[in-house]
Amino acid sequence: MTTDVNTTIGPYPFRHVPHPDPDALLRVLDREEIAEAWVGHLPSAFHRDPGSGNGELLAALAPHAKRLRPVPTIRPDWPHWERTLKDAVSAGAPAVRAYPPQWGLGPHDPAMRELAVAAGEQGLALLLTVRFEDLRQRHPMDVAGDLSAAAIRSLARAGDAVRLVVAAAGRDMIEEVHWGLTQVEQRRVFWDISWIWGPPEDHLAKLFRNVGASRFVFGSQWPLRLVQTPRANLDLLPDDLRDAELASTSAICRAAS
Amino acid sequence: MSERRGDGPLAGASSGPLIDAHAHFYHADAGRADWEAVNAARFRAGERMGITYHVASVLGSYGFTSPTYFPSPADVTRGNDAMLAICAAEPDRVRMYVTVNPNYTDHALHEIERCVARGAIGVKLLASRRADDPLLDPIAFLAGERGLPMLHHIWQHRRREWPSQEISDGADLARLAARHPRTTFILAHIGGGGDYMHTFPAVVDCTNILPDLSGSGVDRGMLDSAVAALGAERLLWGCDLTMCTGLAKLRALEHIGLTRDDLSAIRWRNAARIFPRGAFPRAEPNAGQAPAA
Repeated sequence: MTTDVNTTIGPYPFRHVPHPDPDALLRVLDREEIAEAWVGHLPSAFHRDPGSGNGELLAALAPHAKRLRPVPTIRPDWPHWERTLKDAVSAGAPAVRAYPPQWGLGPHDPAMRELAVAAGEQGLALLLTVRFEDLRQRHPMDVAGDLSAAAIRSLARAGDAVRLVVAAAGRDMIEEVHWGLTQVEQRRVFWDISWIWGPPEDHLAKLFRNVGASRFVFGSQWPLRLVQTPRANLDLLPDDLRDAELASTSAICRAAS
Repeated sequence: MSERRGDGPLAGASSGPLIDAHAHFYHADAGRADWEAVNAARFRAGERMGITYHVASVLGSYGFTSPTYFPSPADVTRGNDAMLAICAAEPDRVRMYVTVNPNYTDHALHEIERCVARGAIGVKLLASRRADDPLLDPIAFLAGERGLPMLHHIWQHRRREWPSQEISDGADLARLAARHPRTTFILAHIGGGGDYMHTFPAVVDCTNILPDLSGSGVDRGMLDSAVAALGAERLLWGCDLTMCTGLAKLRALEHIGLTRDDLSAIRWRNAARIFPRGAFPRAEPNAGQAPAA
């Protein structure tokens, strides 16, 4: 069963995105034979307080709860964020999202480490986004920058309960983080494949061989990017990797519980 | 792996041949030990996808002995020689752009003549000089005389200078194209960085400019916008450095309301139309067109 862990609904502030709503997402999942999706609220990444966005997310996904699983956003430097985490657990969320660069939280911010541990102790992964768009096309007001490898390493080292799903990373960052962690810490980190290059450079194949396919999960970054990209990348893997298995979302959740 | 689909051409065979109008190969003097593996991976993925022809260039030494986007004349020649050798070794599936640096006019014109005589079917311009610079005029003129499309590296919406290249955008290329209405220009990789939404209106009135869809960028809305602004008859499919995104775009094109003729136009018919006659014998004129009612 394929789960797309990296989808969102709602508009993007820096360009028009076609129909970023649950109905469109469901049609896409049907067409692409993807069983379910973890769904965040895209505007919340750019809101000072993501609380309202979480409410909109839960309301929008409620009619589609069997296939669209909510991934609320939690800002850990906001008062009473712990209550939001409890709400996420109650809502059946498999993960929560956070956007440290967009909120001005540095790579070693103690609040982020606290959130990562607390989410993991509740059986939830912490989903981080390295980038929304290619650096070369960003709006002049989009100056937050990418999530750094240092920030990911810091969170991966925060405690054994931590489970990270890192979206939209490329090969260089993945290798920098992976080989900068102990084996125990490496097992706390999962990477979505939405931004990893396939042939002819074969970054995905190299990562599968050197880091292990079990550290990777299926993700597309819909509605910002074409949902067809991760499957195309898998389809183009060399023959020796045809049987490689991505991590399942249940494996992530088991690891975090 | 459950996330993967079955065997057969991944790009589908229903719309006929498939021409990658923007490809690159490496060579022994390109400064990387794995150059043969990268070339082999392009062929492997091409076979899997169903690519009929790779129309490719070599970019000098790719920075090893002179900068990728400012290649020395010696590296240009060495790279073109390598590309000629690949064409000779793979005559059924590889076609060649001859790469030139317009700062060396005589050398550029000589390279075009030399490589076209040995089978090159197009000209590749990097970012060694802005697209609307008069130094490009003799190259564009010769390309027009010989019926050679000019593939020009483009940064979609140039807002400032970027290091390591003298970048051009759609508006820059449009000025060159206006001066050379008999020459066909391929605007490189709308998914290759920058703001493609600036490019479409910048070139809409220059019907001798055909953007290619290549590049790592796979923004939703990009393909729809390109078709809406320019029409399927002005778009070329290509991969550049990421064949996974090329395949994703092919699959996405099937879901944005295009007719079968539109799809075949983007997949190969537009390329067959603008490159020299007979350049793609395995892409026959009637292949992939919708049957008569």
